[in-house]
Amino acid sequence: MTQNGAGNLHKPLGLLAELTHRCPLGCPYCSNPLALEPRAHELDTATWARVFREAASLGVLQVHLSGGEPGARRDLVEITTAARDAGLYTNLITSAVGITNKTLAALADAGLDHVQISIQDSEEKSADHIAGYEGAYAKKRSLAAEVVRLKMPLTVNAVIHRANIERISELVDLALALGASRVEIAHAQYYGWALKNRATLMPTREQVQQAANVVEDLRRRLHGKIVIDAVIPDYYARFPKPCVGGWGHRSLNVAPDGLVLPCHAAQSIPGLEFWSVREHSLTDIWENSPAFNAFRGTAWMQEPCASCPRRDEDFGGCRCQAYALTGDAAATDPVCHLSPNHARVETLAAERDTAPYDYRRM
Amino acid sequence: MAENDIISSETRPLLGRGVRLVHNEAQGGWVLLAPERVFKTDPIAVEIVKRCTGEATIAAIVDDLASTYSAPRERILADVTALLRTLADKKLLEI
Ligand code: SF4
Ligand code: SF4
Repeated sequence: MTQNGAGNLHKPLGLLAELTHRCPLGCPYCSNPLALEPRAHELDTATWARVFREAASLGVLQVHLSGGEPGARRDLVEITTAARDAGLYTNLITSAVGITNKTLAALADAGLDHVQISIQDSEEKSADHIAGYEGAYAKKRSLAAEVVRLKMPLTVNAVIHRANIERISELVDLALALGASRVEIAHAQYYGWALKNRATLMPTREQVQQAANVVEDLRRRLHGKIVIDAVIPDYYARFPKPCVGGWGHRSLNVAPDGLVLPCHAAQSIPGLEFWSVREHSLTDIWENSPAFNAFRGTAWMQEPCASCPRRDEDFGGCRCQAYALTGDAAATDPVCHLSPNHARVETLAAERDTAPYDYRRM
Repeated sequence: MAENDIISSETRPLLGRGVRLVHNEAQGGWVLLAPERVFKTDPIAVEIVKRCTGEATIAAIVDDLASTYSAPRERILADVTALLRTLADKKLLEI
């Protein structure tokens, strides 16, 4: 048995289903695009059911029911049932606000496999401030308890930034106390709303170093008790993160209006042609849509990536970040220290201010 | 690790909720799925996992597999222990 990672399947394994952009919270690091889709543009239940069937025959194994807040969809239980009927493993990614205990029980009956709840901080006041929603923290704790009571596996997701980076240890303790089997310590990634709020969110290099030590320590201490997965803060890394395991290689993302994206931020790159599930089958999109083929493989690369031995490992980094920071989506991700634009990242990481959050709102 | 020491021949392993064997044609057969994880399974892993129902002891599972596949008991035991340990470490097994 091998854990899939290096495996070269050429079939997508995961589908991120962004059921809606509606969300009662306003997290300033939200990865959704700045231009949010209104409810009137959302796909209906029957279309999602078809997308799930097409996804399974394309090879997709896991579907992540996400948003926005998926609980904002009144047909969430039907959607979940359809995903299970298609044979997919179903993962609900929720803020917990907008999902009642009654809905949760119906989801459990529908066969929901796993629940991920985001928690903004281990301190209530700070957590509610970051979420821009009074009472969010209490709601999250109570839904988490209900997930565990219904015997569904729980992951706690904590996005890390300057306001909570000193409390990673407390956040992991909280996840343990809530009965989570897994916790994600995910440093904010700077696109979408996070890019807008970057100077307020960005931690210092020393904080990031300290945070890495804390995580390493917790992993050793809590081995076998809770799985700790970490997403590193790439502005301070030497090499970039491997973009979605390779552009158009392992996953796809269906936006609320039906456009299929190679990654959740792909619409930030101008000039890409996305196809919609309203007009094309998922297999047709995966194989032929111009956006998916734009950065597949390595032929599109420039130097220094084109001749770099790491090009099949990190795929030249993040396309959205390359575009956001250099204006050229085919450039080397400037977080890579080999990029000619790397100095720019160091300058940006050092830019910090204490401006109030520009909350994500529709 | 202390947690792993409870994997003994009398343990009755049970897959955690959220761990599921799924058959997918396009991916070439059975895969074991867990939160944010996909495990490719070989035929023996599939047979082991199918028997983790919380009823059979590890000793019984090993006997069963050894006779079904006429394979040496020690080899099966090693396979079973290794697989269950991986799953237990990732919190995917109820024991
Ligand atoms: S290009 Fe890749 S790494 Fe960047 S936002 Fe999109 S998926 Fe993420
Ligand atoms: S030069 Fe390109 S391929 Fe090489 S490490 Fe940097 S980003 Fe990755």
